[in-house]
Amino acid sequence: MPDSPGLELIAGELRDAHPDSVLATYHEHDQACLIVDPEQVLDVLRWLRDTPGQRYDFLSSLHGVDYLPAAPRFGVVYELLNRDRVERLRVRAALPDPAANGDGADALPAIDSCVELFPTAEFHEREVYDFFGIVFRGHPDLRRILLPEVYVGWPHRRDFPIGGEPVIFTHDERIVPGWTE
Amino acid sequence: MPTGGGGDTPADLPAETAATVVGSSPIERTEAGAAAGAEQELMTVNMGPHHPATHGVLRLLVSLQGEVVIDLKPIIGYLHTGIEKSCEDQSYWKVIPFVERMDYLSYFSNMQAYCGAVETLLELELPPRAQYLRVIHLELNRIHSHLVWLGTSALDLGAISMFWYCFRERDKILDLFEMSSGQRMHTRYFQVGGVFEDIPAGFERKVREFCADMVVRLEQYRALLDRNEIFLRRTKGVGIVSRERLLELGVTGPLLRAAGEPWDLRRAQPDLCYADLDFKIPVGTVGDGYDRYRVRLQEMRESVRIIEQCLDGLPEGPFVADDRKVVLPPRDELSISMEALIHHFKLVTEGFRVPPGEAYYPVESPRGELGAFVLADGSAKPARVHIRDPSFVHMQALREMCVGGYIADLISNLAMLDPILGGVDR
Amino acid sequence: MRREKLRRLSPLSEPGSPEHLRVRQLRARDLLRGDLDDDELTEHVEQSVMTTTLDKVLRWGASNSMFPMTFGLACCAIEMMAMVTSRYDIARFGAEAFRASPRQADFIILSGRVSIKMAPVVRRVYDQMLEPRWAISMGACSSSGGMFANYAVVQGADKFMPVDIHIPGCPPRPEALLYGFTKLQRAIMGNPDQGWRRRYNAIGTEEWARDDVIAGQPSEASEAAYGRARQVVARTVESTGPEGAGGGEGPRGAGFG
Ligand code: SF4
Repeated sequence: MPDSPGLELIAGELRDAHPDSVLATYHEHDQACLIVDPEQVLDVLRWLRDTPGQRYDFLSSLHGVDYLPAAPRFGVVYELLNRDRVERLRVRAALPDPAANGDGADALPAIDSCVELFPTAEFHEREVYDFFGIVFRGHPDLRRILLPEVYVGWPHRRDFPIGGEPVIFTHDERIVPGWTE
Repeated sequence: MPTGGGGDTPADLPAETAATVVGSSPIERTEAGAAAGAEQELMTVNMGPHHPATHGVLRLLVSLQGEVVIDLKPIIGYLHTGIEKSCEDQSYWKVIPFVERMDYLSYFSNMQAYCGAVETLLELELPPRAQYLRVIHLELNRIHSHLVWLGTSALDLGAISMFWYCFRERDKILDLFEMSSGQRMHTRYFQVGGVFEDIPAGFERKVREFCADMVVRLEQYRALLDRNEIFLRRTKGVGIVSRERLLELGVTGPLLRAAGEPWDLRRAQPDLCYADLDFKIPVGTVGDGYDRYRVRLQEMRESVRIIEQCLDGLPEGPFVADDRKVVLPPRDELSISMEALIHHFKLVTEGFRVPPGEAYYPVESPRGELGAFVLADGSAKPARVHIRDPSFVHMQALREMCVGGYIADLISNLAMLDPILGGVDR
Repeated sequence: MRREKLRRLSPLSEPGSPEHLRVRQLRARDLLRGDLDDDELTEHVEQSVMTTTLDKVLRWGASNSMFPMTFGLACCAIEMMAMVTSRYDIARFGAEAFRASPRQADFIILSGRVSIKMAPVVRRVYDQMLEPRWAISMGACSSSGGMFANYAVVQGADKFMPVDIHIPGCPPRPEALLYGFTKLQRAIMGNPDQGWRRRYNAIGTEEWARDDVIAGQPSEASEAAYGRARQVVARTVESTGPEGAGGGEGPRGAGFG
């Protein structure tokens, strides 16, 4: 794990290379995180992957997060790993919700796909699209992956109801007749 | 806005996003299958979701030219359970049974990843005995998972007797789990801060007996399969993907080690007491199906060694951390201490609160890196739980393993890939 | 004259009840002696000798050579596999021959959670099985949705297909599955039509009644057979009441209409 000064160094170098790319950093529980501008996330990831001395070249996970009351609402989180130094770095692209900015209720947040940098991201990005409705521009095959193709809605957003229904048991019918109707 | 069910077409989306969404209609053939003209005589075969050799409810669209696989597309999600969403509705300690049911062969690893993430957020230290107990169960679980893999895979390749032998040993492990936790599968033995209960008397002796037994059994398995002509023909040189490509695809675990990369989180980033233990990391040379088999078999042997070391060095002391804000007070204190009663009541009704923050905690599951991402918002329920499951990631490597080979090798590849569909779909 | 007496005691138009065992014995002796003839003989054979006994033999045989379908869904499938292994050994009950094709299978074990994406597939596989067919729902998930009360899981497999036996547990032990299976065997030996067609309002979906629908228009012969089937069913409903054969369902029958 880069320690807290190490993280600041990375952020500083990144700001030099790509101005305004890093919005914030934080370091807690021994885990380092860069919060970056979603428009520049590809540049940041490429820089982290290819710069000698950084070489975070293994994407171990990519997932979406919905920070609902907070703004920007969505986060696409990249868990990067350097296997030689065994250092992990979390990069979070902070995505605002276009629906809240008056772009119409159906507008979806969009971000660049990182499949050409990390081929492993293909399924991950499809999953994030499936769960959160975050569109990945340039993804080779962006379609729902886990839910049926005809499903409507983005179930892992925090304002999506969890669903389910009460289970009907025979003994409940005896206690409260007709409760199922 | 979000509603369930009904039809969704790209036309419903605003214009700029509709262009980027490739399709929401069911897919019917692979890209190569769609691109090929009629004169090439490609055949599209739909395997699954109900197929005996797909290890669960996996669906594969395969384009065949004669018997050669031209293209392949896994279609997953037939077991999507929405566990991650359900977790957001439970207090932290109730999430543990949910995450267990993701990768249902390595439930201890799932628990360890999740509990580890929550413990990171709480900055909770585990007592040494809890660490050792966890490692014992994790490694027993690794043997169990590999045994089920070996039995079913050998069954797919035509060696049915392996199935009976492996499941015989598996039942012995489940007996051990039952002894320590009361359940065969989905034990919920780990809890945040340690383990649920100390091991009962006699457990250690039983585990030792099992370990001694297992060493012999492993030799027997090898005697059955190592020089079995059919087994060799179906695994040797099959499904080779280069190490670099595997890394690009995010593959970890035995698949990567079989290709010659000694990457094991237990060694690279040791948690629990793995740093104190002496074990080897088996690696393969070429990364074909046979190497994968040998690596897993040797891993079982190393797990036996780890368990024996843990039993030898099992420290005395508490089996769970002594933080009353997180861990249930011991039963005997309830009748004498008002404070303990209050804590117990709070923990059971509301659960403990976790300070805001997020943590990613990877462990080496039997299939590779299994990471849990937990986002805490300060309440008693997690705001997001995400499990990075190795089977999900490995599914992407299946295409590269199979393209260019015979369709019979697809079965062998799938068997050696060892996907657990509960983990793929969650 | 003894036969006259017999006829008065127990008219042949009514099947003999168990109390008339002696009567039936005497009649059977007549049969063996060759004293029964024509109508009487036919009726007697139809009612007392062949149908009841052969039916029982058939059911006994069917219940003891069940072919389960190889159909695993989730965690419970692992325990279902364990049921075949040497420790539990379902072969003792004659159900060890797992069939991968639904056409060859007698019953399906729904071993795990059924997601909304999988439910149409399960239903289709079930429809492909030949009648008589049975279904065991193994585990909390396929019985009621289990702990996963959320958007992705069907809350109980009997929402979309008839299930004969529910086995609780998460996962049920293989012993529990064996017990459930013996229950199914007993059910088969007792009343093979579990009354579910009436319960689910599915009269007329019998496979033999509609066997050539796939070929396009049903033929006249099958239409006629279908009509006859409807009549038979209607008569049964009349004689057994609207609740049907499943009279022991209690309040559930009323609640579910
Ligand atoms: S009942 Fe339990 S063990 Fe069975 S499929 Fe459901 S979660 Fe898994």
